[in-house]
This record gives sequence, structure tokens and C-alpha cells, in this order.
Amino acid sequence: MTDTPVVRAVNLVKIYQTGALPVPAVRGADLTVDAGEFVAIMGPSGSGKSTLIHMLGGLDTRTSGEIWLDGRRADTLSESGWAVLRREKIGFVFQFFNLVASMTVADNVELPALLGGAPPRQARERREYLLGELGLADRADASPAQLSGGEQQRVALARALANQPRLLLADEPTGNLDSRNTRDVLRLLGKVHTQGQTIVLVTHDARVASMADRVVSLLDGQIVDDGAIPKSRRRPAGGVGDVVELRS
Amino acid sequence: MRQSLLALLAKEPAHGYELKQALETIFGSAYPSPNIGQIYVTLGRLEKDGFVRSVDVEQANRPNKKVYYITATGREALETWVEEPTEGPRVRDEFFMKLVLAPMTGLSDRMALMNRQRRHYLALMRDLRELADQTDPANRVALLLIEGAMLHLQADLDWLERCQEDLP
Repeated sequence: MTDTPVVRAVNLVKIYQTGALPVPAVRGADLTVDAGEFVAIMGPSGSGKSTLIHMLGGLDTRTSGEIWLDGRRADTLSESGWAVLRREKIGFVFQFFNLVASMTVADNVELPALLGGAPPRQARERREYLLGELGLADRADASPAQLSGGEQQRVALARALANQPRLLLADEPTGNLDSRNTRDVLRLLGKVHTQGQTIVLVTHDARVASMADRVVSLLDGQIVDDGAIPKSRRRPAGGVGDVVELRS
Repeated sequence: MRQSLLALLAKEPAHGYELKQALETIFGSAYPSPNIGQIYVTLGRLEKDGFVRSVDVEQANRPNKKVYYITATGREALETWVEEPTEGPRVRDEFFMKLVLAPMTGLSDRMALMNRQRRHYLALMRDLRELADQTDPANRVALLLIEGAMLHLQADLDWLERCQEDLP
């Protein structure tokens, strides 16, 4: 079973029926993500990126099509079935964080690991590691309301990784970060990816997307490109870049 | 390169190789390592224009070293350069030309061109990230240069997205 993809979406469709007219957001997306792969989803706003990733995490229902996670059919699950699946297998970083306001940062991050059955000591060590990597060690006892947007976003990433989930899903995980904090997030994503973490994220930030093995491009709810980011042709490994031209 | 050499010489007289080393140290590996021949050619032109002069310094057991220093005219030219506003970067339009013209010739379709270009930009971005990781964190100049290149690349990607939306 080692070849079972972590994510398999087949002809996935989402049509929003809010007003009089149905609005198609995702129109027949096929996507397979193997274990350990890092996939970046890009595309203009309104192209269906967020809808797609929300469906993959069970946060939005699909109109038709299939979703398989880790070899299990998931699109037919009830809401509570999805909740269990998410707790066991998925870490999700939302665009708007969704931290529990009444809990400290430390408890927010430890909670998924504890719910997943990790011993408290292990959950604490993992939390300390993740917050440390993200430059938030000294914010552990704060409440989310005391944090800046950028800090909340990093806490949300730490929470999503607390349980070492089978799949990390993230929607614009650096959307609220300045350049320095983005670097911390990139470094952590790179580390967990090297350790085998499967990652699917939506981003318009090229620095984030360039970490991925593969880029999937959406346009008008359809996947118009899906392929590896090539090795650079210009620069021999370890050589000196000519990335900047200073005009003479 | 004329102005950067003038600026370095305004600080202190130097010979060609010292100028090459100074540029490399200040700008780091993001800067294309200047070719020594190119530096001497530029110095020769600056000398012809009266912006710099050179003196031969004798060295024991070695050929003479040519040390360059800036002239009053050179200093004036440098001041003008520093004070006038610098042109904004021109949009790199070679890809845009391809994008607009290639489909007319039936050589390629736009979607394929754009997708390939996006992947290429991301590969370049990966290079820049690696370059930034390898750069001494204390070298603010080199890191800012790389960050500038990253921001330009991001703009290119955003523009590509706009093209994908608006060009049929």
C-alpha cells in the first residue's frame, strides 16, 4: 500500500448556488498527490484555488466528483466523519487562522496532538519545537487576541503541524507575513518537507511556490497546468548567480 | 560599470584588480562577477574621457602596477550621476513579444507558453532563495539585492497571471 496517493481527486466539481444563477467555482479538477510530495496551487483570485483546497480538507462540500485521502473515500463522509479524518490525518492552515480565542498559544498548538492521542509530554515538546522554529517561543502564554496577524498565522501553522499529519493543507500561509517571518515559515516548510511531510498549499507568493516539487495552475476553475518546477538551466550547482544586472 | 568604478575611485585610488575585488565584496554573489578585462577596458575609456588618471607604481620583481585615481571632471560626472533620478526598470518584454506574436504564427499556443514561463520563473525563484541562504547574513547589501530580484520576479509572475486572465 506504499503507492497509495495521499490525495486523489477525480473530476471534482463545486458549484455555488447562492443567488438565482449557479456559479461554478471548480469545474472538473483531477489531482493526485503522492506521499512526501509538495504541491503548490497557483492562479488568479477567483480561479477556484481556495475552494479546491477547502474541498480537499472537507471544509467545503463537493458538488460532484470523488475525493480519496490516503486510500479512503472521503467525499461521501458526514461532517463528523470529516472531523475525525481531519483530526487523524490533516493539518489545515486557514487564511484567517481560526485559533481558539479562549486558549493560550501553547494550548492551541498542543490541542491537535492531544486530541490525536499523543502523550502530554510529547505534545509539549513538539509545541516547543514548532514555536521555536517560527520565532514564537516567547509568545506561548499569550492569548491569540494579543498577537499580531502575522503571529497568529504562524501559530496556525504550528498547530497544523503539531500532530505530524499525513497531509498538510494551507491556504496562503504567508499572506499576512513580512519578509522576515516569511523566511521562518519557508524554513520550517522546507524542514518538514525534507522529513517527508506531504504538503498541498495555495499561494500567490512565488517564494513559497518555489519550495514545491510541483506547481498546479488554476484558471476559471480548471487545472490548466500541472507539472514539476524544472531544475534551473542557467546556473551550475554551487556557482555564482548572475541574477542582477547593474546597468553600465 | 563606469559609475561604480568612479564611485569606488572617489573613495580611494586603486588598481584594476582591487576594484574587481571591492565590487565582489560589496555586492556578494548576486552580482555578476566583473570580468577583469572589462574593468580595464572601462578604466581605459574613463581615462580617455578625462574622468580618471593613472600612475605607474613600481613593484619589486613584478611588472609595474597601474593605480587609478579620479579627476575633478570625474568627480563632477559622478555627482551628476548620483543626483539625477534613476530610470525605472523597463518591463522585460521579450516574453511578452513571444506571447503576443507566437500564436499568430501558429508556432505555439499561449497557454503552453505561459505555463512553461511560470515554471521557469519559479525555478529562478528557487535559485534566488538558495543564493540568499548561502549569503552571509551580515551582508545586507547582497541580501537586499537578492530581495530586489525576488520582488521583480514576483511582479513578473503576477503580470503573467494577468496575461493569462486577459489574453484569449
